[in-house]
Amino acid sequence: MAVTVTIPTALRQYAGGNASVTLAPGSVGQILAALTEQYPQLGKHLYNEQGALRSFVNIYVGDEDIRHLQGIETPVPDGETVSIIPAIAGGARS
Amino acid sequence: MVLSSLSNEEIRRYSRHLILPEFGMEGQRKLKQGSVLLIGTGGLGSPLALYLAAAGVGHIGLVDFDIVDESNLQRQIIHGTSTLGIRKTESAKMRLRDLNPHIDIATYDVQITSENAFDLMRPYDVIVDGTDNFPTRYLTNDASVMLGKPNVYGSIFRFEGQATVFSPKHGGPCYRCLYPEPPPPGLVPSCAEGGVLGVLPGVIGTIQATEAIKLLTGIGEPLIGRLLLYDALAMRFRELKLRHNPDCPVCGDHPTVTELIDYQQFCGISPEEAHRDSTIEITPIEVAEWLQSDHPPFLLDVREANEWEICRLPGAVRISVNELAERMNELDSAVEMVVYCRSGVRSARAVDLLRQAGFRKVKNMAGGILRWSDEVDPSVPKY
Repeated sequence: MAVTVTIPTALRQYAGGNASVTLAPGSVGQILAALTEQYPQLGKHLYNEQGALRSFVNIYVGDEDIRHLQGIETPVPDGETVSIIPAIAGGARS
Repeated sequence: MVLSSLSNEEIRRYSRHLILPEFGMEGQRKLKQGSVLLIGTGGLGSPLALYLAAAGVGHIGLVDFDIVDESNLQRQIIHGTSTLGIRKTESAKMRLRDLNPHIDIATYDVQITSENAFDLMRPYDVIVDGTDNFPTRYLTNDASVMLGKPNVYGSIFRFEGQATVFSPKHGGPCYRCLYPEPPPPGLVPSCAEGGVLGVLPGVIGTIQATEAIKLLTGIGEPLIGRLLLYDALAMRFRELKLRHNPDCPVCGDHPTVTELIDYQQFCGISPEEAHRDSTIEITPIEVAEWLQSDHPPFLLDVREANEWEICRLPGAVRISVNELAERMNELDSAVEMVVYCRSGVRSARAVDLLRQAGFRKVKNMAGGILRWSDEVDPSVPKY
């Protein structure tokens, strides 16, 4: 029984360099809590001072944004993937 | 609309398009009639401009105020060694002129701002976002939505890229539906800080070029409402669903942002903030003299390990700015300290962190290693 959380490049340094982490199924909120318990440094990059998910970090279950599902209450079944997709800006000038 | 005709020369040039059943003469004439504004002539803008010009897009506008630097050439393939030091728009125009003399190329050597954005974009059918910073991304998005023009979006970081087409006019979402607010400065590393695989903007830029051509000709299924993710290391493409947000402040049912705003301020970059460090800055020459004195300062390097391998200042100790909060106990607040990085931006952030934690004797070396190399020791490589 496991779900996969994919960690974007920009945040891997706060997750022990891992591209993905395997965790127990549950709600999105429970899974992210387990993730930040394992990697406390990730916390401030995912949550703001009020403990809400930051508005420039989107969370997807499968291919759907949790804002269009049940938010952090969205259930994540066994075998499903949770993706963390932060805003990135790179393109032109260095 | 009457489409412009093609000369025999153009027919020869575009023959591989013309024999595509989905494309034909009509598709090519639509391209000739079409216009695309490229915001940024860098990593993404380079392959974009080259392919759009080669394909025969009749009117291409290039917006960039930068000049060609050696460190650009690892990925910005429209420029070359022979155009180092000249304006990117000029360098790009020369290359495009050689590639296809049948098209119009307009250059704008300016930074796009809330004041000029509408004037720059209005003449064009499709806007392509190839910029490197959040203020310009939000500005490009908002102005495109307000003008009702599709915005072909691409973004890259290290080994990963994203692409989509924002077009509320076609029922799709805009950038603000995806990310309502920008990250505060410093929380998301830039390309200059994080690095980027040179070929990555080639992949994402050519996806953007493909979408621009599809929008102009009306063929295929545009990348609207879908975010394409590319991971070069895993060599994997994924697709996520993007939905229009009815509460979006720009393209929602009751928009609250109806004119262009101050995007620097929106992204948390205030002019005071940019200058607030001047009292605690020290020049590389002053640092060099201080290091020769009887009471040299402690030198703290806040760059990443791979940058440390490229070059470092003698006697420095390295703690990455990203680890600084956790490792502050390794530092002594009683000793005079100079903090440096590559260009002085990350070290300014580190000095802020240290000062907030009660370190009073900390100074930021202005201009970082780049300026050290210019003014103190040219044997230290710039990167």
